[in-house]
Amino acid sequence: MKILVCLKQVPAKDAPLKLNQAATWIREDVSFETNEPDAFALEAALRLKEAHGGEVVALTLGPARAAQVLREALAKGADRAIHLDAGEAAAGAPPLDAFAIAEAVSRAIAGESYDLILTGLQSDDAGYGQTGVILAELLGAPHATIIMQVEPAGERRIKVKRELESGNFQFVEMPTPAVLTIQSGINKLRYATLMGIKQAKNKPLARMTLEEIGASAGLNRQLVHRLFVPSKSKGTTLISGSAKEQAAALVAHLRNDAHVI
Amino acid sequence: MQAELNPRAGLHADIRAAVRELCGTFGGAYWQEVEAAGGYPEAFVAALTGAGWLTALIPEAYGGGGLTLEEASVILEEINRSGANSGACHAQMYTMGTLLRHGTEAQKQRWLPPLARGELRLQSFAVTEPTAGTDTTRIRTVAQREGDRYLISGQKVWTSRLPHTDLLLLLARTTPLEAVRKRGEGLSVFLLELPPAAEREAAGMSARPIRNMVNHETSEVFFERFAVPAENLIGTEGQGLRCILDGMNAERILIAAECIGDGFWFLERARRYACERVVFERPIGQNQGVQFPIARAYANLLAADLMRYDAAARFDAGQSAGAAANTAKLLAADASWECANVCLQTHGGFGFAAEYDIERKFRETRLYQVAPISTNLILAYLAEHVLGLPRSY
Repeated sequence: MKILVCLKQVPAKDAPLKLNQAATWIREDVSFETNEPDAFALEAALRLKEAHGGEVVALTLGPARAAQVLREALAKGADRAIHLDAGEAAAGAPPLDAFAIAEAVSRAIAGESYDLILTGLQSDDAGYGQTGVILAELLGAPHATIIMQVEPAGERRIKVKRELESGNFQFVEMPTPAVLTIQSGINKLRYATLMGIKQAKNKPLARMTLEEIGASAGLNRQLVHRLFVPSKSKGTTLISGSAKEQAAALVAHLRNDAHVI
Repeated sequence: MQAELNPRAGLHADIRAAVRELCGTFGGAYWQEVEAAGGYPEAFVAALTGAGWLTALIPEAYGGGGLTLEEASVILEEINRSGANSGACHAQMYTMGTLLRHGTEAQKQRWLPPLARGELRLQSFAVTEPTAGTDTTRIRTVAQREGDRYLISGQKVWTSRLPHTDLLLLLARTTPLEAVRKRGEGLSVFLLELPPAAEREAAGMSARPIRNMVNHETSEVFFERFAVPAENLIGTEGQGLRCILDGMNAERILIAAECIGDGFWFLERARRYACERVVFERPIGQNQGVQFPIARAYANLLAADLMRYDAAARFDAGQSAGAAANTAKLLAADASWECANVCLQTHGGFGFAAEYDIERKFRETRLYQVAPISTNLILAYLAEHVLGLPRSY
């Protein structure tokens, strides 16, 4: 089974985020890490390879720093990696939207045939949750989202378990090639070992620019003009009137302003 | 560490990321539970061992990681920077050096591959005695040759991680002090293969745990005609002190890196709390009385970190690293202690609450002022061996 895993580098989960000067995105002086659902997608891919053989290719799109997530993926067991280098202008700029990313990925893998393409359910930064779905559309492949489990189901078919609402699950059998967006927490992530890191240095890590694949950051259809930090405010409201009036006013506040009832 | 405080954080990024990820799964609650139970962080050490981090300094030819000392120091830095404590397992790195540099090829083939595979642990080091601390030549433990074995008799103290090691490196006197030309002669190093705990007393070995300020397993150990095969002698008989001293520079540099890791952990906690804690309607970090000590501690930590990299580079280049290694350890231990104080002070009363982990790390980093070598002994070394001042002891 040949599996592509799309990984995104995002600000670390508990990073104290500060807006850049133009308030279009956050400042770069934070730690970055692999998007959490993507890490579970990688783990799912590695387990499929270990159980059924094949190849795992890790791919990311981002500035030079984003290659770190590929090195980690190689150290954990991916066979090779592809870095779609968005250039240094991408560092500190608003991320590409889901369509632009999906289109760039589809162009980058043109000519290769994957049985499975895994992405995380959504990214921890932009959080669109659309990249995998749009990628499937662009590739003309079936897709399934919020995947908890993947297993082969005969020749060029897989069976997946989807998480639905209210604790329900859906089991779907589908043909491959397919695109799956993976839910967090579905498996136990492995650590990169020292030997893995050393071996990763000898694994292929291809780099291609957006220009080389005929894509560009200008493909963004969704533009971030300005971000706002939620303002915290606290105040005291004195409710006057009779007990009945006060109770009515309190209920109105809780219902209409605080939205707690 | 989120807003990256360490300007050298990009160095060895792969190692940092991997160690950080592993350590991140052992959070403050884990360490609090281990300490409350007075236990050993077995799961943590097993995870580090499984990932190959503790055998980083064993050459690849023997199945180890074959890393440089600088790279190894980054591993320990990241462990401490995560809020964990390398003290549970760092000796695996230090003690290996004696076997690596002075063991015969047969000895290395025998022990290093299983150590690299994590099947054996070499975590204990028995040099210090109740009546001979830094004055190592005064040790009283003796090893008497009897046929094809040596019989060890004596007492060691501050022997750490004894219940969690298979091998023990021990220094003993093989020629009486009165019979040698130089005090440093007549000492020998042995690698003891410890019998199972239930059989140790019958073999002539017993131990008594020492309760101490931090959750660190350390013991007083007694030997009474404990037999060691002659083939377990490391290096030349009578030249053991040199074998031990040889490893000291590496140990100093690695310990300095642990201090640096602690320092960044404390600073990040202090920085974050000072930004978040609002008193009199503004963050306490807005007060210069709070922010200046944090900023000063940061500057001192960065300076110490540069010295640590300088020492590691000298060591890895095969240059004389004694002065740099000792200076790095001195500065790093002072810097981490300053960071600890600043962090505790910034947190006020909450710093004393166990759930914040600060009081635990505060106790742990205090140890570096004393062990593995005290600050005063480093100053004495620099005064005598670098500055040419008269020997003071």
